[in-house]
Amino acid sequence: MDIIQVNNLVKKYDGLVAVDGISFSVAPGEIFGLLGPNGAGKTTTLEIIETLRLKSSGEVSVCGFSIDAQPNEIKKRIGVQLQAAGYYPNITLAEQLRLFAGLYSKQVNVVEMLSLVGLQDKVSAKYKELSGGQKQRFSVCTTLINDPQVVFLDEPTTGLDPQARRNLWELIRSIRQRGTTVVITTHYMDEAERLCDRVAIMEKGKIIAQDTPERLIDRLVESGFERKKEVKKASLEDVFLSLTGHEWRDE
Amino acid sequence: MLRSPSAIIFGLLFPLVFIVVFGFINPSNVKFDVTIDQRSDTTGELYAALKSNSSLRFRTVEDGQQEERLQKGRIDAILFLQTNPENQEEVVVTTSKASRERANIVEALIQEEVSSVNSRRLDVLFKTTPDSLRISSAQRYAMKTALIPGREYKTIDFILPGQLGFSILSAGVFGTAFVFFSLRQTLVLKRFFATPIKRPFIILGEALSRVTFQLLGSLMIILIGHFVFEFTLVEGGWTLVKLLLFAAIGQLVFMGFGFVVSGIARNESTIPPIANMITLPQFLLCGTFFPIDAFPSWLQAISRILPLTYLNDSFRRIAFEGAPLLDLLPQLGVIGLWGVLVFFLAVRFFRWE
Repeated sequence: MDIIQVNNLVKKYDGLVAVDGISFSVAPGEIFGLLGPNGAGKTTTLEIIETLRLKSSGEVSVCGFSIDAQPNEIKKRIGVQLQAAGYYPNITLAEQLRLFAGLYSKQVNVVEMLSLVGLQDKVSAKYKELSGGQKQRFSVCTTLINDPQVVFLDEPTTGLDPQARRNLWELIRSIRQRGTTVVITTHYMDEAERLCDRVAIMEKGKIIAQDTPERLIDRLVESGFERKKEVKKASLEDVFLSLTGHEWRDE
Repeated sequence: MLRSPSAIIFGLLFPLVFIVVFGFINPSNVKFDVTIDQRSDTTGELYAALKSNSSLRFRTVEDGQQEERLQKGRIDAILFLQTNPENQEEVVVTTSKASRERANIVEALIQEEVSSVNSRRLDVLFKTTPDSLRISSAQRYAMKTALIPGREYKTIDFILPGQLGFSILSAGVFGTAFVFFSLRQTLVLKRFFATPIKRPFIILGEALSRVTFQLLGSLMIILIGHFVFEFTLVEGGWTLVKLLLFAAIGQLVFMGFGFVVSGIARNESTIPPIANMITLPQFLLCGTFFPIDAFPSWLQAISRILPLTYLNDSFRRIAFEGAPLLDLLPQLGVIGLWGVLVFFLAVRFFRWE
C-alpha cells in the first residue's frame, strides 16, 4: 500500500494552472524526489499534499487518509519543512522545540532531538543566530518531533555549501533508516541522483518523467544521448571537498 | 511622496490634526457643574444672572444626592440662594475638597456675578436716591462659602487612568498588528498549520498571552501610581480588581483593531501609519491628557464616539468614585459595540498568509 497517492491533481490560481493533472505515488520507506525548474509547481504540489493549500481538483491521500476528509489525521503523521524559515527568530531552539512539541501534545527531550541533527550545542541559541546549514538542520529536526511516517523537505539544500549539503544528505538518509518516508524537492540533479530512490520530474505543472534515477539515465543513453565531453574521474566539487575537508562546519 | 503613505500621514495629516485639536482647546470652554439646592429662592436677580453665566452648567441632582455628588467631585458646587435671618439676600456656595482648584474658580465666578449684580443695584439706587448713606447692606447680595470634606482629586487621579487607557490601546493595536504580521512574514503561522493545532486556538493562545502580559503591565502602572504618586484606589483591592477587569476588556477590543491593521497592512512599513491613525486621534480626543470638556461641542461629539473615551471614563469612575460595575453598563455597552464592529472587520480582513 502506497503511503502517498496523488491522482490527477490540479491547482489553478485565477486562470493560471500551477499543477496540471499530475499523478504519482510514494512507497513507504523510500526517498522520493520531486524535481524541476523554478515555477514548475513542485512547492504547490507539496503544499497540497501537506494540507497547507487547497487543491482545485483530483484526489490525494496520505497515510491512508484523504486530504479532504481528514486533514488533521494527516497533520499528526507528517513532518513538514517549508522552503523558507517558519520559526520565531528570537527564541531559543529549545523553546521552539517545546512550543512545536506542544502543538502535537507531546513531550520531547530537547537535547536528544537536537543531537539527532548535530545541534546539541545550540540548545540555547536563537534561530536567527544559526548559519544556513544549521537552520536547515534545525528545520529538519522540528519535522521529527511527532515521529512522523512521512517527512516533506522543500529544497532543504538550496544555498548551502558542499559540506553542509553532504551533511544534510547524511541526515536525510538517517531519517530513512528510522523507517520514515522522505519526500524532497530539489533542483540539484547530482543530489537527486545520489539521494533519491525514485524521482518525478515536473515541468509547467505536469510530470514529464517518473522512475528511478538509474533507469531514467539508462533510457536517455539508450536513445543515443552522449555527453559532449568525456567525464573526468573527479569533479571540481571533489577537488573542493578534498581540499577543504568533509567535516561539518559552523559556517 | 504620494508613493509613501507614511510620509503623508506623519508629515501632513498628523501635524494638522494636532493643530486642530490644540487650537480648539479653549479654557473658556471649560464648564463648571453646579446644582441648586432645592430649597433655594430662584426668583431673585442673582439667580437669573448666574443662570446666564456661560461658564456654569446647571445640573439637576436629586435632593439627597447633592452632597454625595459633590464629595465625589462629579459636581463642583451646590448653590443655595436664600434670604438670611438678617433679611439679606445671600448665596451659599458649598464646595468640597474633591476638586479644590475647580472650586476656587467657581467661587470666583460667583463672586463676580454677585459683585456685578450689586453694582447694578447701586447704580439704580444712586439715580433714585442720591444719598448713598441710605443704601443699607440689606439691599446687597451677600456670598458665603462652605467647604465639606471630600476625597482630594489629585492630578494623578486624572492622568493615570488616561495613561492606563492609552497604554492598553497602543499595546493592543501596535503589539497585535506587529506580532501577527511578523508571524505571517516569518512563516511561523504557516509552519503551525502543518501541525494538528486548529486555527482558532492559535489566535486564542496569542490573545491569552497578550492579555496576561498586558495585565501585568497595567498592574505595574496602577501599583506604581498608587504607592509612589498616591493614585486613589477608593475601595483598595476591589478597585484594583475592577480596574484590571476593564483593562482586560479594553485589551480584547483594541486587539481587534490590531488584527484589522495586520490584515490591511501590505508590508511592515505601512503598519505604523495605519496603527497611528487609530491610536493618535483617541490619544488626543479621549480624555487622556485633558478633559474632553475643553473641546468645542462638535469635537466633543467625536470624542463621545470613540471607545477609549469610555474606557478612560470607566477607569476614573472606578478608581476615584468607586462606581459599582452596574453603573458602568453604558460605558461597557459602547466599548462592547466597538468590539463587535472591530471583530467583524477583523474577520473580514484577517489573512493567514
